Amino acid sequence: MKKRGVGVAASHFPTGVAGGGDVTQAILKVNPDGAADLIVSCVDLGQGAKTVLAQIAAEELGIPYQRVHVNNQGTDTGPLCFGSFASRLTYAAGNAVIEAAREARSILFEVAAPALQASSEELSAAEGRIFVRDDPDRSVAFDDMASTAVLMKKMIVGHGLFSRDRSLPDPETGACDHFCTLAWGSTLAEVEVDTETGEVQVLKLVSAFDAGKAINPLLLEGQIEGGTIMGMGAALMENLYPRYPSMDGQPSNLNTYVIPTAPDIPEQMEAVIVECASSGGPYGAKGVGEMTASVASPAILGAIHDAVGVWIDEIPVTPERLLRALEEQG
Amino acid sequence: MDLKVVGERKRRYDGLAHVTGETRFVDDLRIPGTLAVKVLRSPAVKGTLRRIDTSDARRLPGVAAVITHEDVPNNAFGLVPDQPVLAQSIRFKGEPIAAVAAVDERTALRALERIAVEIDEEEPVFDPLEAMKPDAPLVRPEGNCFLYDGRPFRRVVLGDVEAGFREADFVVEGSYRTGSVEHAPLETQVSLAVPEGGGKLTVHTVSQSLVIHSALLARILQMDPSDLRIASWAGRTRNGWNGKPQIGFRSGTVGGGFGGKNDIHADHVTSLLALKTGRPVKWRWTREEEMLYSTHRGVWQITIRDGVLESGRIVARQIQSIRDAGAYSALNTYVVEKHAFNVSGPYFVPNILAEGYCVYTNRPPASSMRGFGITPGTFAVEMQMNKIAAQLGMDPWKVRFLNAFRNGEPTATRTELDSVYLIETMQACARKAGVELPPELLAMSSNTPRSER
Repeated sequence: MKKRGVGVAASHFPTGVAGGGDVTQAILKVNPDGAADLIVSCVDLGQGAKTVLAQIAAEELGIPYQRVHVNNQGTDTGPLCFGSFASRLTYAAGNAVIEAAREARSILFEVAAPALQASSEELSAAEGRIFVRDDPDRSVAFDDMASTAVLMKKMIVGHGLFSRDRSLPDPETGACDHFCTLAWGSTLAEVEVDTETGEVQVLKLVSAFDAGKAINPLLLEGQIEGGTIMGMGAALMENLYPRYPSMDGQPSNLNTYVIPTAPDIPEQMEAVIVECASSGGPYGAKGVGEMTASVASPAILGAIHDAVGVWIDEIPVTPERLLRALEEQG
Repeated sequence: MDLKVVGERKRRYDGLAHVTGETRFVDDLRIPGTLAVKVLRSPAVKGTLRRIDTSDARRLPGVAAVITHEDVPNNAFGLVPDQPVLAQSIRFKGEPIAAVAAVDERTALRALERIAVEIDEEEPVFDPLEAMKPDAPLVRPEGNCFLYDGRPFRRVVLGDVEAGFREADFVVEGSYRTGSVEHAPLETQVSLAVPEGGGKLTVHTVSQSLVIHSALLARILQMDPSDLRIASWAGRTRNGWNGKPQIGFRSGTVGGGFGGKNDIHADHVTSLLALKTGRPVKWRWTREEEMLYSTHRGVWQITIRDGVLESGRIVARQIQSIRDAGAYSALNTYVVEKHAFNVSGPYFVPNILAEGYCVYTNRPPASSMRGFGITPGTFAVEMQMNKIAAQLGMDPWKVRFLNAFRNGEPTATRTELDSVYLIETMQACARKAGVELPPELLAMSSNTPRSER
């Protein structure tokens, strides 16, 4: 018999390294043609670090996204970055890039000020132009100012950094300042359980996450979908030690250790972005990367209980495990 | 603020190059004369290497170098430096004990067969609950539990959990276990170390953290020139060498990490072999190596006792969590701390006692994976929330709304919260899913101070 059920789950997730002490730095230079080189040691694992950092640099410089080139090739050229983990990169590197871009921009404003017959404090930049804030028709091209800077013997380079103090836990209570901000999440799952075979099919996964500010909603939706499916894999499929704690039966390839692929994606997948700005994040952004993988599993197990009335307290819920639980229930 | 680029749905910076196959990953780099690496992994689970004879392997044509524990200047790495690059004292099956650099992978594999090994085997332990017992075989000489401030657990305390249980109308208890998960990135571990002359070594790698890994690697290679072992080791290298390698780390584009590239897996071996031979050295892990021997999400066993009021409010939450860390610390000690700080969930519970144990066993080391110990905590806590709702006959949404953090409330670690948005996030999730929440839940807000406990 096939039975359907619905489950929900919620979560929070801290942005940044627990215990602090982490650093990310950025260097930004503007070339004579007006294109910008953003130099960082931030690794792009596919999460989109280059994309969001280029967007932030373009925003602050007031130039198109395509005009920012990200150099993250390594320690020979790049300044410090603690790493792409702890859901920290958008928050930490984003702040460093804002600071670096603003410094570079302020040098360009010094170059543009005489041409615009204004003081550099009165200037603003957007969409490739530098203009007087209160009189936007008075403007010059960003690219022209970048080449003028060379003649004026100015180097358009900015640096920025994000750095957090260490905060060690109190030995008795564990009290400490262990995050930059918290992000929030919630998932609803609907499943269909086959009580004959023990198979669980996930029909629906709706997930909402608070990103503070989505720097790139397209990439964020991808993160939410990917993370949610990773959570589904942990809930139903993946197990490195099927006979834990024994080491027997350990899978050694992706034929025996099966992870979710396209055919496993539920018919209805929804990624919802909500935004509650953090006080310290770039434009209010929070780290969402990791938490997207946490919430689906308990939502799916809640849905299984709703469908067939058994609590299964161990993941993954393999057909074998589910059938045993149903058998115990009688 | 009027934003022009931030908030836009820009196409991924490197997306087109990825999907057209133009992106060059580490394994795509081809440098003439590059040697291939294969590693001899321990057939025993636990024991001591009594004898290792590599002379036959070294004589095989095409083999450039064979290294063992004797060739590693500082044979202990990690944030807690307890893991050898090449082991003499073995803690898990498959632990690397020798590495070969040869003209190709085939020759390197043949060389491995010529290495003679004798191991004095000892009794292993695989179950963390067994490993915690006083008479258990020792995975490591310091004991099988990591010590946090002298205790075998990291403790987080808020309020008075016993007083909370006395106040509670009933108690809900559950024990949960989360399975071990592999990161399964498309790109397996791979490292290419290239001596550039003049004492410069460039390592092309798949690291998630250039800064931490270059520091860890420098420690393994012992960059302090006053060290005697360095002197002899440096003497074997080529001209321009001043005993102080300058390491350039390159890892801009990585084919998936998920926490599996937060630890050094291959760079130490390629660096040592590159410095020894003066030639570029590449080690690319097979999928089998990735599955069996790379780090993974460790198994967690989490027991939660909740003291609950008839109203649905949780007034006490006591948690004991046991992490199967495997054989070495890797990032496990950090993972357990992060777990303990966060395991009480996204809810304001006035009385909390959480204890997180980091327990060593004789399986390959676990380490970080997407969520750093919070993921299994979320699983256990949310299962508890479901059970509390069921026991009360309450809508599972409602029990979460009733307990969700509000602005100004303290976390278990005593940080007063701002930008709290759980209630609103759940409202958005329900709306999108087509769930009609009751008016009382729709009227709730994270900004409204809690009126009753």
